[in-house]
Amino acid sequence: MNFEFSDEENLLREQAQGFLQEHCPLAAVRAILDGDAAFDEGLWNRIGELGWPAAAIPEQHGGLGLSRLALCVIAEQLGRAVAPVPFSSSVYLATEALLLAGSPAQREAWLPKLAEGKAIGTFALAERAGQPSPATLTTVLKNDALQGVKVPVADGDIADFAVVVTKAETGDGASLALAELADAERDTVATLDPTRSHACLSFDGCPAEPLGPAGEGWGLTQRLLNRAAVLFAWEQVGGAEAALDMAKAYALERYAFGRPIASYQAIKHKLAHAYVKNTLARSNGYYGGWALDTDAAELPLAAATARVSATQAYYYAAKENIQTHGGMGFTWEFDCQLHYRRAKLLSVNIGSEAAWQDKLITAVEQREAA
Amino acid sequence: MDFNDTPEEAAFREQARTWLAANAPSREELAGLDEIAAAKLWQKRKYDAGWACIRWPEEYGGRGASAIEQVIWNQEEAKFATPGGVFAIGQGMAAPTLMAWAGEEHKRKHLPPLASGEHIWCQLFSEPAGGSDLAALRTRAEKDGDEWVINGQKIWTSGAHYSDYGIIVLRTDPNVPKHKGLSYFFLDMKSPGVEIRPIKQISGGANFNEVYFTNVRVPDDQRLGAVGQGWQVAITTLMNERMAIGGGGGGVGFRQVFDLARRVDVDGEPAIRDKNVRAKLATWYAQESGLRYTGYRALTALSKGAMPGPENSIGKLVAASKTQDMASFAMDLMELGGAVTDPAHAEAHGLFQGAFMAAPGGRIAGGSDEIMLNILAERVLGLPQDVRVDKGIPFNEVPTGR
Repeated sequence: MNFEFSDEENLLREQAQGFLQEHCPLAAVRAILDGDAAFDEGLWNRIGELGWPAAAIPEQHGGLGLSRLALCVIAEQLGRAVAPVPFSSSVYLATEALLLAGSPAQREAWLPKLAEGKAIGTFALAERAGQPSPATLTTVLKNDALQGVKVPVADGDIADFAVVVTKAETGDGASLALAELADAERDTVATLDPTRSHACLSFDGCPAEPLGPAGEGWGLTQRLLNRAAVLFAWEQVGGAEAALDMAKAYALERYAFGRPIASYQAIKHKLAHAYVKNTLARSNGYYGGWALDTDAAELPLAAATARVSATQAYYYAAKENIQTHGGMGFTWEFDCQLHYRRAKLLSVNIGSEAAWQDKLITAVEQREAA
Repeated sequence: MDFNDTPEEAAFREQARTWLAANAPSREELAGLDEIAAAKLWQKRKYDAGWACIRWPEEYGGRGASAIEQVIWNQEEAKFATPGGVFAIGQGMAAPTLMAWAGEEHKRKHLPPLASGEHIWCQLFSEPAGGSDLAALRTRAEKDGDEWVINGQKIWTSGAHYSDYGIIVLRTDPNVPKHKGLSYFFLDMKSPGVEIRPIKQISGGANFNEVYFTNVRVPDDQRLGAVGQGWQVAITTLMNERMAIGGGGGGVGFRQVFDLARRVDVDGEPAIRDKNVRAKLATWYAQESGLRYTGYRALTALSKGAMPGPENSIGKLVAASKTQDMASFAMDLMELGGAVTDPAHAEAHGLFQGAFMAAPGGRIAGGSDEIMLNILAERVLGLPQDVRVDKGIPFNEVPTGR
């Protein structure tokens, strides 16, 4: 058995961490929180130069052809840094959707640009509050024109194109569409986490083309989300560890009743619980990473397991980080809010904890039936 | 990253599998034997064929196998219903301590009978006044020529009534701070002056004992480590305890509750269709999975030569509470039927009820939840120790309460 990242992947982790410490300190994240910019464009350009968006794109399309484990490593560090960039939308969702369902022409048109970070893609599923399903979708693609409203769409205000989940023209299913967003009406939507911008996309005859076979969009969406769930889980693991580190650092320097609050069992046990959750989430992330990288039959189970575990870990670490900081943690001035906001965003962005718990058990049931 | 055996590992697995298939005891063979006789039969058979305690060096009765080979063996042996729990303390805790601290003569004399199952050992650490605060133990040992004379009481001693030997930590100097006045010995449990009384537990079983010592004599030769070094020796045992106790699942895990949820109804449908049931089961599945893969990561590190560290405390901490919560939830799913323990009527022959009543013990034995959290906080996260009012004070001046 060799249940560990390779030396190359570990080196990449170190490089990514060093790069983000220099170019994406929390001050840079706060600048997006406090300012009007939708994302940190300078950081995004540097990330493109480093080739991170190209990591899992095949070399024939201008990518590096690295393993998905390399993406896991990058995702972990982006999560750790609470990076204000559209990496997840463009790489875990749009790029993966093209790799999963794109025609040769679609791949050729977009993958080289995505690899360089010159184009940003996103994925548009939600239309209103609640769990989406083919039955609730109203957006449609007819005669290569989109009609409908998608909200919220992560990075919808800055993306060049979106993979849009639509109600299938015939039957009960869904279809995927690929739409350039230059002609769509897009309004920025304020969300809980202003360091990741979101938009409302209104399509009124916006030109678009089918992505993958008509009527198979829902199955493709599930496959895409299973793949993305592993990578989001790694972002969550990175964020959870950063939140625990922040809590620990503060507990060591903050004194009450004549001693560091880190010496009180109430604080120690809280942080130890966070460590336990983080460790379980990380180990499940390994499992998910392995399943993603090898395209294993158990990917749906591995992805749901990693996602549930990471969602629980990041939420706990983020909220207890504020609690450890006391009143100061509740102030705008302190950085605790960055993790609290990001943790919640990441726990709902591709389906809630409950939705993934349900998927996990469904995957177990399917394994039993097989 | 992969789960595949290397060619060497695959060959070893095949070898283990073949031997087990030919030699694992049948149900008929074990029929009529008590737990100890059955365990001894199987252990001796493994020993004679070179499959006992395989990580130990050959001269002590083992096979000189690697950590990964041990895991492969465990995986393969687990596929057969083999007896053996009575050796866990001797082989898992006493033996590693002997290997680290005993002289060559003792190792050659005592390790092979541990491997063969001829001898069963117990662990005499906890006392009425020394539980989580183990170093507060009071049982005295006073030097008398080449011997030590022991007086006092130990408690929570699993298997004392059927053990041949015991490892024991004793206070040899009450005039120095508590950690500095301890020494570590092993002794013959049949020594005159040793009195063993079983403790009945809330589960109805009596796995534990109180052990009383009245002028029990132990040769100085059976001391491990220097006089006053007992705490350091005890740490060796305790680090192995956390690995030996490990999961402590009590037979109730995701599999058992998942199956139950398909058999019983909620709102006129199998309980597994209920979203709340699914949510809870998923969280437990993720915990079990997280522990499994944390174990795989530790194994990978082990096979590359790393030492197991305090992070191993996670397993017991998570598994013990999970077992309790799952047993409790399973009983909820059965409604009033959940209260039934009568094997003639109880679902799964009372598995869940038994686990529920045993679970509180799992959260205390081998270091309570709270001690495990302290270990993680202090040794893994590097947080400071709590203020200790007994620090640096001679043991006989430390406040004791009652």
